[in-house]
Amino acid sequence: MSTAKPTTIVVGGGLGGLWATLRLAEAGVPVELFALFEVKRSHSACAQGGINAALDTKGQGDSIRQHIVDTIKGGAYLADQPPIKTMCEEAPGLIHTFERMGVTFSRTPEGLLDLRLFGGVKNKRTVFAGSSTGQQLLYGVDEQVRRCEEAGLVHKHEWWEMLSLVLDADGRCRGITALNLRSLEVEAFPAEAVVLATGGLGLVYGRSTNSSNSTGAAASRAYQQGAAFMNAEFIQYHPTAMIGDDKNRLMSEASRGEGARIWTPRRPGDARPPRSIPEAERFYFLEEWYPAYGNTVPRDVASRAIWKAVKHMGLGVRGEDRVYLDLTHLPREFVRRRLGSILEIYESFTGRDPCEEPMEIFPAPHYSMGGLWVDWEKDLATGGMKHGSPRNHQTSIPGLFACGECDGAYHGANRLGANSLLSASFSGRVAGEAAAAYVQGLARTALPDPAAALGGERLRQEEINTRILSSDGGENPFALHRELGELMTGKVGVERDNRELDEAIAGLAELKARFGRVGLDERGAWANASLPYARQVYDMMVLAEVIAVSARQRDECRGSHHKPAFEMEIPEGKFPGDPEWDDYLARWKQNNDRWLRTTVARHGPEGPTIEYLPVDTSVLPPETPRDYR
Amino acid sequence: MADTIHFRIRRQDGPGSAPYWQEFRIPHRVGHNVVSSLMVIRENPVTADGRRVAPVAWESNCMEEVCGSCSMRINGRARQACSALVDTLAQPIVLEPLASFPVVRDLMVDRAVMFANLHRVHAWVDLDGSWDVHTGAPRISPQEWDLNYALSRCMTCGCCMDACPHFGLDRAFLGPAPLAQVLLMNNHPTGRYARAERLHAIMGEGGLTDCSSAQNCVQVCPKKVPLTTALAALGRQTTAQLFRDIFG
Repeated sequence: MSTAKPTTIVVGGGLGGLWATLRLAEAGVPVELFALFEVKRSHSACAQGGINAALDTKGQGDSIRQHIVDTIKGGAYLADQPPIKTMCEEAPGLIHTFERMGVTFSRTPEGLLDLRLFGGVKNKRTVFAGSSTGQQLLYGVDEQVRRCEEAGLVHKHEWWEMLSLVLDADGRCRGITALNLRSLEVEAFPAEAVVLATGGLGLVYGRSTNSSNSTGAAASRAYQQGAAFMNAEFIQYHPTAMIGDDKNRLMSEASRGEGARIWTPRRPGDARPPRSIPEAERFYFLEEWYPAYGNTVPRDVASRAIWKAVKHMGLGVRGEDRVYLDLTHLPREFVRRRLGSILEIYESFTGRDPCEEPMEIFPAPHYSMGGLWVDWEKDLATGGMKHGSPRNHQTSIPGLFACGECDGAYHGANRLGANSLLSASFSGRVAGEAAAAYVQGLARTALPDPAAALGGERLRQEEINTRILSSDGGENPFALHRELGELMTGKVGVERDNRELDEAIAGLAELKARFGRVGLDERGAWANASLPYARQVYDMMVLAEVIAVSARQRDECRGSHHKPAFEMEIPEGKFPGDPEWDDYLARWKQNNDRWLRTTVARHGPEGPTIEYLPVDTSVLPPETPRDYR
Repeated sequence: MADTIHFRIRRQDGPGSAPYWQEFRIPHRVGHNVVSSLMVIRENPVTADGRRVAPVAWESNCMEEVCGSCSMRINGRARQACSALVDTLAQPIVLEPLASFPVVRDLMVDRAVMFANLHRVHAWVDLDGSWDVHTGAPRISPQEWDLNYALSRCMTCGCCMDACPHFGLDRAFLGPAPLAQVLLMNNHPTGRYARAERLHAIMGEGGLTDCSSAQNCVQVCPKKVPLTTALAALGRQTTAQLFRDIFG
């Protein structure tokens, strides 16, 4: 075997992938970085509101412990707690690192980092850069990776799409195959470790708040090659999206953190212009139902509340699937400074000024809490995740790591706002450090020669391409994708029902069968976008199946996964001390004994097989249910 | 309002091939933008005169004007296609690739030069490493932040480069977007340690003096990045650097 330096591959150039790249390069390990397009255009740029870190600079007595507790409870206890603990502890240091990189965080009059309020918490804990925080963080790390490129440690392959992993005879990940998106050539690239940082899967739902390349295809491919996939049923609907025909555009939770209010007219079908409706005739249902947290309840709670007001009470604006997100009572200059860039988005796409007229919003698929299952090593001294362990963020395939939205580690059953930029950055950093430790500890001389595996995998991928390109089938990949999205949105959405989930699973099997007859309108090779798209559509169908089957099997309500048939409501008007509460608490604990388990799906010829793993609750044992009233 | 949307699209099969025009009509729908229209065309790529053709190739990702992918010339003006609402455009809507970059195919161009230019101007802060050093960067006033934040919103979309009369194929000029990043990096309290290196990079051939202050860049920037203000500030910084170079 070669004695040259080990080579690593990072797939994905968003926040997670760039952090992993940076830490590998800084450890002296060369990185081949693969991305679908210039890394600066990654979906991380769309994150708006901010990134959480308990800096406690607003006189509210905020603490890291409170950040940990909020994150665990926000996720309905479903995530392993030691990694959450370490993430929250390291958040302030991560923010200061970003600051040193030159990220333009918004400032207080004293020139310090400003903080804003976000959902599911009571303290100001969210650092932000206007309302384009993800863009600014992404650019900060992008610049640092450019520094590493200059040092010769990073080599970018932009406009390449990963098609599959290359596994050696021992089942270790030894590289990838990738498609050149310009020439359509397939090549195999060897590596001693591969980090997937391939983002979310919103496109499985057709229209979501995600970018049009957030298909989850790469994670699906790893899953189909044996990587376990966890908690797939937990899909976050963002409560406040601008619903569009082409995509649903996010209106950041920051707007509510800065004082915006959600309401709908009390009278069904009230046709008056919103500003002419008197206060008394407006239904501020979040404030009424959840007085303690009001408009900044966690996202799963807010989305379900909007669902209830619109779908069950018939109170949607004009009878449609809309409610108001209103910041017209806030001073225009304050709004411009703090929220300017999201208001620009609303204005450009609707032509309406949100400072003059309340915005119209509705929940939309936004974030996948689940993802590739990843390991971690416990630090027995601290009770957190052990620094520098090669087990951290390693998937069930040795040598394959995952970070960012494509892993399922931190957010349990529901993610808190502004925790995604944190987990993407933190997990990218950890995955990079873990992959570096892994390759540096490998007995490389004992590894089987991967040459045959590399060549074989490349041929297999070329055959798939040839088959699709030469097919005369009449199924249009774009139409199939639309049908997939409609099926998932219709039957695997905010409220779930086992009969509908069975229909969804049957529908997905049909769609997969129809995919066998897919045909394209272009057969030329050069920059043919239809072929990669078609392949993504199939891989999305596989992930959709994982989501639907995982949802079908979990008969309870937890975070974003809500089955009304199994709902265990908090008794109205009852609080700790009331006998009804104690009774509720006992039932809640009993349910946890059965369902406080990580869903783990594995790919099989008959579809996913599901098993359940215990959750590490050593930091905050599940003694108190979530209660945001 | 017309019941169809009429597009006239400049196509090109590959970098070396000759461009040609095709026209498409799709059903009108309120709220359509240029990208959502191209998505309709790709699903059923039939020209206005009934020929089935290969789908039009273009680039897009975020669809909310923050990633910079979907730049193209729309009715002659460089802009983001996702935020170009059809109902605000004169028809036929003419789509062309940006003219200052090599065409890859149809409306896709290769903007690699913009990223290469970020290397040329040392557009990063020299960190010792991305580990925690248990202290943040020095304070930054809200007034300084205002300008820096505006500069940092540049999404490398290339609209300003396309509008610039001095940037183009086979020309050395760095272009407005990478230049503005020099000011952003020089403004950072520790980024300024590499100020001289950055200024020297823009004082030579293809540097700041190639700009004739045509002001086209700032007019087309979708993010209202204060490009001309930045270039003027850099003019002062390079002059000062010249004196430092001469007199030490």
